[in-house]
Amino acid sequence: MNRKLYNKFLDKSFTILGLVATLIGLVVLSALLIDVFTDGMGRLSWQFLMSYPSRRPEEAGILSAWVGTVWVMILTGLIAFPIGVMAGIYLEEYEKKTWFSNIIEINIANLAGVPSIIYGLLGLGLFVRVLALERSVLSGAATLAILVLPIIILSTREALRAVPFSIREASYALGATRWQTIRSQVLPAAMPGVLTGAILAMSRAIGETAPLITIGALTYVAFLPTSPISSEFPYISFQGIFDAFTVLPIQIFNWVSRPQKGFFTDAAAGIIVLLMITFIMNGIAVWLRYRYQKKIRW
Amino acid sequence: METAFKVKNLKAYYGPKEALKDVSFDILKKTVTAIIGPSGCGKSTFIRCLNRMNDLVLGFNVKGEILYDGKNIYSKDIDVIDIRRQIGMVFQKPNPFPKSIYENVVYGLRIQGINRKETLDNVVEESLRKAAIWEEVKDRLHTSALQLSGGQQQRLCIARAIATEPEVILFDEPCSALDPIATAKIEDLITALKQEYTVVIVTHNMQQAARVSEYTGFFMMGELVEFDATQKIFTTPSNKMTEDYITGRFG
Ligand SMILES: Nc1ncnc2c1ncn2[C@@H]1O[C@H](COP(=O)(O)OP(=O)(O)O)[C@@H](O)[C@H]1O
Ligand SMILES: [Mg+2]
Repeated sequence: MNRKLYNKFLDKSFTILGLVATLIGLVVLSALLIDVFTDGMGRLSWQFLMSYPSRRPEEAGILSAWVGTVWVMILTGLIAFPIGVMAGIYLEEYEKKTWFSNIIEINIANLAGVPSIIYGLLGLGLFVRVLALERSVLSGAATLAILVLPIIILSTREALRAVPFSIREASYALGATRWQTIRSQVLPAAMPGVLTGAILAMSRAIGETAPLITIGALTYVAFLPTSPISSEFPYISFQGIFDAFTVLPIQIFNWVSRPQKGFFTDAAAGIIVLLMITFIMNGIAVWLRYRYQKKIRW
Repeated sequence: METAFKVKNLKAYYGPKEALKDVSFDILKKTVTAIIGPSGCGKSTFIRCLNRMNDLVLGFNVKGEILYDGKNIYSKDIDVIDIRRQIGMVFQKPNPFPKSIYENVVYGLRIQGINRKETLDNVVEESLRKAAIWEEVKDRLHTSALQLSGGQQQRLCIARAIATEPEVILFDEPCSALDPIATAKIEDLITALKQEYTVVIVTHNMQQAARVSEYTGFFMMGELVEFDATQKIFTTPSNKMTEDYITGRFG
């Protein structure tokens, strides 16, 4: 075979191989989705969303699970986002390069790969026991926040690094301080990247089961955390973050481990809800990204 | 004429590497001073000393003095923020902020806490007029600066530098990324600016130095080989190396 033909052949083969690899991923994913949807779609109903778990599969619902997930996710975001972004800014823009800073950086990169159960143990020791927060929403959220912190820090740094140095120069040359430069130029330009990282982090957190089980999140919860809004003065309550909770993955995990066929269907329906929440979160993220990008107008 | 900068025995180092070797000369107020020389000779290093932009480079060090209005800008009690407000800079590659034209111009004011709309509106118009770009952008002040052409972006950067009312504007090869027509516009602009501002311009284009400047310094390998009136440098240079360079025998 001559060289040219051979190269063409290689080129074609690679295209086909790549296509096959992509298809395998897609096919497996769609098979899973179709399977889950055929199993669970029939079970999805208002009643399912608005009922507490029950011993009878046809009466069981995921009210406490999805409300718990929403609580934990919001709180996780509120804790992890500011800390992660600030740490990212510090490491990227302020830190002086020393052996100590190198150790910190290597550690943060490694933390992203630590099994999540380890974070569960940390949460159990630190939040549940030492800080005596019990098996509360706050304990769960704080544990998950630590779990996703490395992801947010790393993606923040990456986003900051992608902002051209010429933009910083322009700002400094006009007499801006370092903080002004970061606040008004670097951070807005990096925001789409920072948000993407945050969403990735939240998508990781929403599916986590092991660390929450480790800190002792309940598997059977027939009540909701105290509502943050009340009809009596002072109308706002933070009591909910100290209440016990469960989350969707735990509820699903609990159901699939039951022998009855009906719980299996409940689990499939629960997975659909979890997927939808993830989907909505990603939608919000894409929208935020889009808005920022429009404002930035690179 | 009054002196703007008095450079005395200036030496600059990137770590152990010496980039400027004992440079001394005066830059006069409200004139255009050109810095020429082959690439890597320390032109950018020098001009970035004048507004302390080199402070951003890790391991950078200077010895000697740069007196601006009689005060050493590298002395400890000088606030680098003040220096940069008085001494504006325009870079080699146009670097507008990824924001609207309007926000680009007013940024230098906003960071000083000036936010009154009327003031800002006036500054925007005045600065853009001085930078000879007002007519081209007055109807789209709130569209992205990144949609402008390279030449327009560079004039916007000049407007941005003017907006904070500096006394000096530094240009580091402001036309090297531009086409000849855009270059001509910037050159006209620089010539006009010296009515009000002290201008220092780095260029590797000798015709440009000859066209726009009144004084020229020729640098080579970190040394100031010759500094004199532009006319003298380009007609009867006193140093053989200067002559070789301007006649294109190397560089
Ligand atoms: N950030 C830096 N770190 C180390 N060396 C540098 C840096 N910037 C410039 N230099 C060196 O200093 C010398 C002068 O560079 P520069 O002032 O940029 O020259 P010019 O602008 O005349 O082309 C060159 O040898 C260059 O390699
Ligand atoms: Mg240069």
